[in-house]
Amino acid sequence: MADTVLGLGWQESRRVRWKKTLDKVAPILLSFGLFIGIATVASLLITVATTGGDRLSWTLITEYPHPNPANAGMRSAILGTIWTVGLSALICVPLGIAAALYLTAWSENKVIKRFIEINIANLAGIPSVVFGLVGLSLLTYGLGLGRSIIAGAFTLAVMTLPLVTVAAAEAVKTIPEALIHGAYSLGATKLQVTRYIILPRALPMMMTGAILAISRAIGEAAPILVISGLLFIRQDPSSIFDRFTVMPLQIYNWVSRPQVAFQELSSAAIIVLMLILLSMNSAAIALRYRYQRRLTL
Amino acid sequence: MKKAASTSLIAGVVAALVVGLVAGLVLGGPVLGTGAPATVTVTNERTVTVGGGQVVTQTVTQTTTVARTVTVTGAPTRVELSGEIEVDGSSTVYPITEAAATAFMQQYSKVSISVGISGTGGGFKRFVRGETDINDASRPILSSEHELAVQNGVEWIEVPVAIDALVVVVNRENTWVDCMTISELKKIWEPGSTVRLWSDVRPEWPNQPIKLYGAGADSGTFDYFTERVVGKAKASRTDYVASEDDNVLVAGVEGEKYALGYFGYAYYPEAKDKIRPLKIRDDVAGGECVEPNDETASTYTYPLSRPLFIYVNKKFWNDKPHLREFVIFYVENGARFAKQVAYTPMPEHYYIKAAALLKAGIFDGLYELTNLKNKNAGPH
Amino acid sequence: MQQQVFSETLLESVRRRQRASKTFNYIFLTASSVAFITIIVIVGSLFYESLFFFNQVSVVEFLTGTEWTVLFVDKKFGIWPLMTATAITSAIALLVAVPSGLATAIYLSEYARPAIRRPVKSIIEMLAGIPTVVYGYFALYFISPNLLKQLIPGVGIHNALAVGLMIGVLIIPIVASLSEDALYAVPEDFRQAAYALGARKVDVVFRVVLPAALSGILASIILAFTRAMGETMIAAIAGGFRVIFSFDPREAMQTMTSFIAQVATGDAPHGTVEYQSIFAVGLVLFIITFVFNIIAIRVVKKWQIRY
Repeated sequence: MADTVLGLGWQESRRVRWKKTLDKVAPILLSFGLFIGIATVASLLITVATTGGDRLSWTLITEYPHPNPANAGMRSAILGTIWTVGLSALICVPLGIAAALYLTAWSENKVIKRFIEINIANLAGIPSVVFGLVGLSLLTYGLGLGRSIIAGAFTLAVMTLPLVTVAAAEAVKTIPEALIHGAYSLGATKLQVTRYIILPRALPMMMTGAILAISRAIGEAAPILVISGLLFIRQDPSSIFDRFTVMPLQIYNWVSRPQVAFQELSSAAIIVLMLILLSMNSAAIALRYRYQRRLTL
Repeated sequence: MKKAASTSLIAGVVAALVVGLVAGLVLGGPVLGTGAPATVTVTNERTVTVGGGQVVTQTVTQTTTVARTVTVTGAPTRVELSGEIEVDGSSTVYPITEAAATAFMQQYSKVSISVGISGTGGGFKRFVRGETDINDASRPILSSEHELAVQNGVEWIEVPVAIDALVVVVNRENTWVDCMTISELKKIWEPGSTVRLWSDVRPEWPNQPIKLYGAGADSGTFDYFTERVVGKAKASRTDYVASEDDNVLVAGVEGEKYALGYFGYAYYPEAKDKIRPLKIRDDVAGGECVEPNDETASTYTYPLSRPLFIYVNKKFWNDKPHLREFVIFYVENGARFAKQVAYTPMPEHYYIKAAALLKAGIFDGLYELTNLKNKNAGPH
Repeated sequence: MQQQVFSETLLESVRRRQRASKTFNYIFLTASSVAFITIIVIVGSLFYESLFFFNQVSVVEFLTGTEWTVLFVDKKFGIWPLMTATAITSAIALLVAVPSGLATAIYLSEYARPAIRRPVKSIIEMLAGIPTVVYGYFALYFISPNLLKQLIPGVGIHNALAVGLMIGVLIIPIVASLSEDALYAVPEDFRQAAYALGARKVDVVFRVVLPAALSGILASIILAFTRAMGETMIAAIAGGFRVIFSFDPREAMQTMTSFIAQVATGDAPHGTVEYQSIFAVGLVLFIITFVFNIIAIRVVKKWQIRY
């Protein structure tokens, strides 16, 4: 840091010149950091698109599984995903937001806060299939819920809870402290501050986090395979106690069939899944974009 | 303004759920019940051979259900069969059952059949507790499983449906082997095997390491191969590329010149130009080199053939007409379904005879109709 | 008269708010305890089933043995092969994710124009949104045969390298996003002071900001590591089910999570020692994750520069 020109005359030292080059080069080198990630995803998308592109059709989305690839579709998987992930979101988003509010705005007890933070961190590290196993023994058999949508939804909800909580907590942390302290100094109660100051400002980012967490839940295959155990069903769900299957399971089913046509179908199913994820991600990003620009004090 | 956006998002999620619910209700339709039937009960004692050669005495209680709207033959009217059937079990039998279920549901749209893949053992565990109507099985029921069934008051009907063969394959560039014997396979695959190179098996073969590919150890296929080739179930060396997805094994052997692998015959037709199947000679039983194909598999001439079964809960058979009709339908058209998914059908005339027996309410001797010897698949 | 009415109303409204506050307190506390209850339940289940397992298998063999042949007829219960496989795949994942994620984080935080920052952040988040089954099959059918096999001799269709690479790509967003938050939180004063002393931008970034954010960056790395250890589907699909005690990433090896997935979705019925073994393995995995989380907290505390 003491490489000033002072004392060296008008000629730059070698060190300074070297640092000048680094200064120019650094941003370029650093931006390569994303290279491996983007290259992988791009090649993945291209591979999937070329193998499965031909099989995209209305049949794929509206028809049930069928031994003949030409007639097979992923309708039960799509509906099963919507029901299960939707229900799990209804359970876990309010819980996650409440937990985050408690951690950041409500609780004054540092011990409890630290304790809950540790729990959430540990919950995030447990492999997904273990959630499925515990869900099977406790919810399916223990509570007698059966291998149903509600059992799957509870399991997924508990799995995505840490992500939603962390995202919601981050959302609350972006609110300027000055605002919150100002409200308190005007005599507002905790409830008032939470309801009128924090929640309105944090809610969009919380929703973003919730959407991203839900996107992860949509892609989970192992816990659902353990709980539902099902690959073939030709019926639309009509209650939360019905049997179900999900999109990643359908992909897994088709890709293990011998016929090449089924491999192509599984690629097409991946495309459908990715399109849904893409639209959810875009909604999340659009939400965040819209509200970050308006961030006022 | 911000409130409006977040409320609209929540409204959107709720709306999506509602749409899903409505779509499900509209398209799914309610499940109808059947009218209360009149019942006739007959009790018999039969002696049945259970897998493993054990002889077990089974008390057979036959309850015949007569539907209210009865026709002359006593079968339920064609008009409305409805209800749910839950099938679970072997992932090997799964494709055949899927084909049968799809065809059946296309005829009877109010019947709903779901098929799972918990595995033969896992499926039996549920079946003997009465949790499922049908268990897909790639092996006969074990005596331990049968005892649990007896404890739970579950009686079963064993119905052979098709034949599965295991093909042993090598890479296309493999020019030195055409036929292998069971003993050679055993030498390669047994636990603690010292075979590393092809030349360890036969000296004239190349001095290159054999790359082995096989079924994952938690599958019926693995149990069968080890029992048949090595002589004891689950007895195998552990240093091979293991996958429960046979496509991976095909790809593996295809890409490795010195590879040797085994997998289900159903995966062979699609892989014909990728790998080469070996002829197998059962030197223990004194046979010839037999190549795997429909004919040799369906007569057990090919040494690595095994029968596939479905087990039906007898009480549910009696109580549920839609289950009865489905199983009969499955058996009547069994050859078609097996071929549709590249499995080997049972020998000719089996399906017609078996369906006739089932329609008449006779549940024994179904396997004997196949005219195939050992239920545990092939000569031992 | 009017004054009396006014103060009663005020008292009532204050009491009402206090009640509401208490109610919400309970609601929030309950919601937060869901996480705690879940952990207790899961760990409890793991412990409970593991008791059955350790009734039949010696803990010593489990913790010191180097052969794991639970699904075969001659059963050996040494967990080390599974652990080394998990360690290798996670280490490779870190080798991929840390440079990539950190570089991205530094770029976004210190160099990028705001207009670039937002879309790039969004793209990074999409990396984590791709389902793990998709990553798994991509690694199996594309990366291993077409890329790795051509470049490295001795690589088979299942190998730990492909698993590690894909998990690495999966966890880049964790490292990138959390590190970026850490870098962003370093006060502008630090940077300005450095510039004022005559530092160039590279000095500011790498010798002032980066060390200041070190605790947050280390925490993000540890979090990413535990996530990599817990990844199931990629390991199961692209790594295969062959158990081997080896440090060679070209080998096909089964990780702890892959074993749990294999048995949980396979043939072994409940109540058998094969099935119970997955709870013991799950318990070990949880304990390792727990220890790393504690380390993460300690590390953050130790290296944290307060500002």
